[in-house]
Amino acid sequence: MFLKKIALAGTFAGLMGTAAYACGPSGESVRILGSDFPAIQAVSGTAQANCGGDAGEFTVTLRDDTRDMMNQAQTPNPAQYTSVIVANSTLTQLMNDGLVRPLDDLVAKYGQDLNPNQMITIDGQIMAVAFMANSQHLYSRTDILEQAGVEGIPATVDEVVAAAQAIRAAGIMEYPIVLNASGWNMGELFNLFYFAHGGELFKPGSAEPNVNNEIGVAALNSIKSLTEYAHPDHLSHASNETQGLWEAGQAALGIMWGSRGGAILDDEGSSPEVTENTVLSAAPTVDGGSIPAATLWWDGVTIATNISDAEAEATFAALASAMSADMVAEHNDDAIWLIDGYQPGPAAAGVSATAQGGAKPYPMIPYVNFMHNAASAELADFLKGDESAEQTLSDIEAAYTTAATEAGFL
Amino acid sequence: MATKAQSRLSPLKVVSIIFVIIWVLLASFPFLWTVWGSFKVQGDFFSKADWTNAIFGVQTLEQTGSRFTLDGYYGAWVEEEFWRSVINTSIVVFFTVTISLTIGTLGGYALARSGYKYAFWLLMVALVFRAMPHITLVSGYLLPFFEWNIWGILPTTIIVLVAINQPFTLWMLHSFFLNIPKDMDEAAMVDGCTRFQAFRHVIIPVMWPGVITTGLFSFLLAYNDFTVTRMLLSQENETIIPKIQSFLGSAQVEGNVMFAVAAVVSATVPLFILVMFFQRQIVSGLTAGAVKG
Amino acid sequence: MKHKTFFWFILPTLSAMLLFIALPIVSVAIQSLYIEHEQVLVVTENCGPFGCTEATAVDLEATASLREEQPLGRFNGLDTYTNRAHLAFAEIGESWNTTETWSAFFSEVLDLPFYWALAFTLTYTFVVTPFVLVLGLAIAVAVNNLPKMFKGPTIFVSLLPMIVTPLVGALILFWMVDGDGIIGATLQWITGDPTLSLKATTSLNWVMLIVYGIWSSLPFAFIVFYAGLQTVPSETMEAAMIDGASKWQSMRHVVVPHLMPLVIFISLIQLMDNFRVFEPIISFQAEAHARSLSWIIYNDLIEAGNPLYGSAGASSILTIIGVAFLLVPVLIRTWRDFNSKPV
Repeated sequence: MFLKKIALAGTFAGLMGTAAYACGPSGESVRILGSDFPAIQAVSGTAQANCGGDAGEFTVTLRDDTRDMMNQAQTPNPAQYTSVIVANSTLTQLMNDGLVRPLDDLVAKYGQDLNPNQMITIDGQIMAVAFMANSQHLYSRTDILEQAGVEGIPATVDEVVAAAQAIRAAGIMEYPIVLNASGWNMGELFNLFYFAHGGELFKPGSAEPNVNNEIGVAALNSIKSLTEYAHPDHLSHASNETQGLWEAGQAALGIMWGSRGGAILDDEGSSPEVTENTVLSAAPTVDGGSIPAATLWWDGVTIATNISDAEAEATFAALASAMSADMVAEHNDDAIWLIDGYQPGPAAAGVSATAQGGAKPYPMIPYVNFMHNAASAELADFLKGDESAEQTLSDIEAAYTTAATEAGFL
Repeated sequence: MATKAQSRLSPLKVVSIIFVIIWVLLASFPFLWTVWGSFKVQGDFFSKADWTNAIFGVQTLEQTGSRFTLDGYYGAWVEEEFWRSVINTSIVVFFTVTISLTIGTLGGYALARSGYKYAFWLLMVALVFRAMPHITLVSGYLLPFFEWNIWGILPTTIIVLVAINQPFTLWMLHSFFLNIPKDMDEAAMVDGCTRFQAFRHVIIPVMWPGVITTGLFSFLLAYNDFTVTRMLLSQENETIIPKIQSFLGSAQVEGNVMFAVAAVVSATVPLFILVMFFQRQIVSGLTAGAVKG
Repeated sequence: MKHKTFFWFILPTLSAMLLFIALPIVSVAIQSLYIEHEQVLVVTENCGPFGCTEATAVDLEATASLREEQPLGRFNGLDTYTNRAHLAFAEIGESWNTTETWSAFFSEVLDLPFYWALAFTLTYTFVVTPFVLVLGLAIAVAVNNLPKMFKGPTIFVSLLPMIVTPLVGALILFWMVDGDGIIGATLQWITGDPTLSLKATTSLNWVMLIVYGIWSSLPFAFIVFYAGLQTVPSETMEAAMIDGASKWQSMRHVVVPHLMPLVIFISLIQLMDNFRVFEPIISFQAEAHARSLSWIIYNDLIEAGNPLYGSAGASSILTIIGVAFLLVPVLIRTWRDFNSKPV
């Protein structure tokens, strides 16, 4: 009986669907490129289901090296893909080479159901339409905190460190903290705490670096205070390792991506003891400041410059049709959706608290990738204890300056 | 006929046998571990809690009701259609090895028979070519390949693999041909054959051991290549190594890593058969050729 | 061989190499002398789900017209080679003037990205290569002494580290050497130190990468040496035995000299491959502790987002020069051999 109902509901939705989708010009080629994770699979898959029949060709390519080859793929005319699904930093990477087109006309035509806050506008022009949000935030194990005599969920870095100290002192865990610190994540760690301390990476209105100052030192010291209690291998940890440690019950406090919340809270790969006591909360603040140590990210769709208008229209219409309440209803727990109809569950608590706490969006500045990369490369010396904070900061500036000069920004 | 001295178990022989046993364990252990683990769930094989889970399959028992599961194999072969990548790999490997050996044999033969200085310098230049980091080459290819609309297809990848493995192939075949006595083809030429006829009728029949050995190495290079195949192939044309990488890349989804493990184990089977089959030729090939340099 | 015949024989292989290797090398070399045009920046207001911020963007039209005029960018001479990311002449000069002791000087030099990577690359190359040669020979001799029926399976097993794709081989080992993995836990048990972690310190990371490097390269050396052993003339061995040479002596004076050309061949290939070490660093996520020249190139091309072609080009050319230096002794020997060959 129950099954029948679902089947009926499905058919009904299907019928409604076909009628409601505005798929744009038919017979065009739609070619979507994106990274490979569940939320993007949901959006691109729904777009294909809605409008695939209408298009002359509809391909979805989801690769884990999208970022590595997309600029080269989009440079020729016609471009290899009609749409690239991007995030803050990758939109910058495409825009630096002028490979995404403004979407204002397409949004006016096909975007009736889109939320105004999904629009990513740059200089007044819509360049991307976001569909999901993400950020780092704090994960805590309430049972362990309780056992160690820590009251409530830590809200500041000092409280996190104090809690970690208490856990260690109680002999529960030697290294209660997990955080992502390998490669790219290391530069991101610097951003988190530099922004939390109120820093700006660049001097206003220019590409001059601006990290070798007290704020930078304070940021590094905040990171160091956490890594004292972090797993000794933290410099080789990325999300997979930290998630693994968490699910194995080997950590009590974590700074991890919100997008891992769903996977951590579900019943796979972990014991009920861990999942039932894991609480997601805002990223910690620092030193009496109010900004959570996190950067806010979005993922969204763009349309290529080097394709015909008809292809652009067909592609956008297909993707817009996928960013709907129906799609969200079906994939509610795959992401923290920015689309109407989303029912935030416990997995979304951390990201929304972080966003409400006033965390900064990851900067969309053409040269920010160079700064990020410089921080990733130079921070290791400090965290290993081989170098002073000042020396590390001056190394970051020097590495950034070299790269940005070559790229023509300085 | 073994003499008494040879058949007796001297201390030296014991030491050498123990040494081989240690090496065999070291060489095979990670692989055996992988084979065993491929029948487990991710929580066991990549256990953070206790590595013995990978042996006893505690979570596997909990999740699937048995200590062994074929989920990884099912996921890789049925859900993710790993066989498509196997077909692509077969095509890439077959053509890469055939073309490499064909043009490499001609070139290697010429280099071995020419005494002019430029032959030496060509060999040296080939070495310098081999020194170029592949990542630079591949990034350089991307834009022109997209411009000419030849990115993503198998022939492009095959040609690139052939080209970047040519220096190694040339060197190996060159040293092999040095060992085939010059008199053989020269005698044929005295009898009125052209150089090419001499090559065809005299050299080709005796060159197989060396060619097969070189072929084994080109095979492994093409088969194991990651940088080229990952960056230059579109998703429909993915070979097994980028496919396995894509199982690892989307690791947010629990279980996908096990597809990779199962895929690796399955991918080793044809290699096992191949090595067993060609084992004698490999050894005799080297014996006759490259070895003497 | 006549020039003309030689030309036709070599043509296919040569054109493949010229087109796909030589041409890129030339273009990389040229590119490394240039840097990007000055980017024209404009201040913009960016808005998104998290509010609006003031930021800058590239003025594409203005930048495009600059690119149109000079597609390669601005000529920079060898400055990219000498900047901080590469040979860092200015920084080294400064360190030389400001530091008092050798150790302080070296620690400042090793803080520079290129020299830090070079230090690891050279250490890796010069540790892995001899180990591979010696152990490869030892295994080959030992396997050669086995009874016939064991030889085949042993050869196959010995090839396994080379056959299993490095990508996954390293991934599985990455988990095995973890403090919670089987190898890591065993090491903790052997050393009696429960906090021992191979991934936690720079020195242990280097050891781990080097051991992995030896393990994965041994099969190549083994199979080549094993085949070489089959060609040792039995008469010479017997003669040595009759002369009363011990096994060890005949090994040293008969077998090793016979295998010399092979030693050269393996060193050549190994020096080159090890100098370009890259994949293990990525697979073991060890970039905080160990970086190689190839890793620097990867970092400039991939991790930087918009690739730094000039910088990557300079690093690549420096890598080639480095390899050429390493190979000089081998090349001289080949030159002598070659000259003894009649035309």
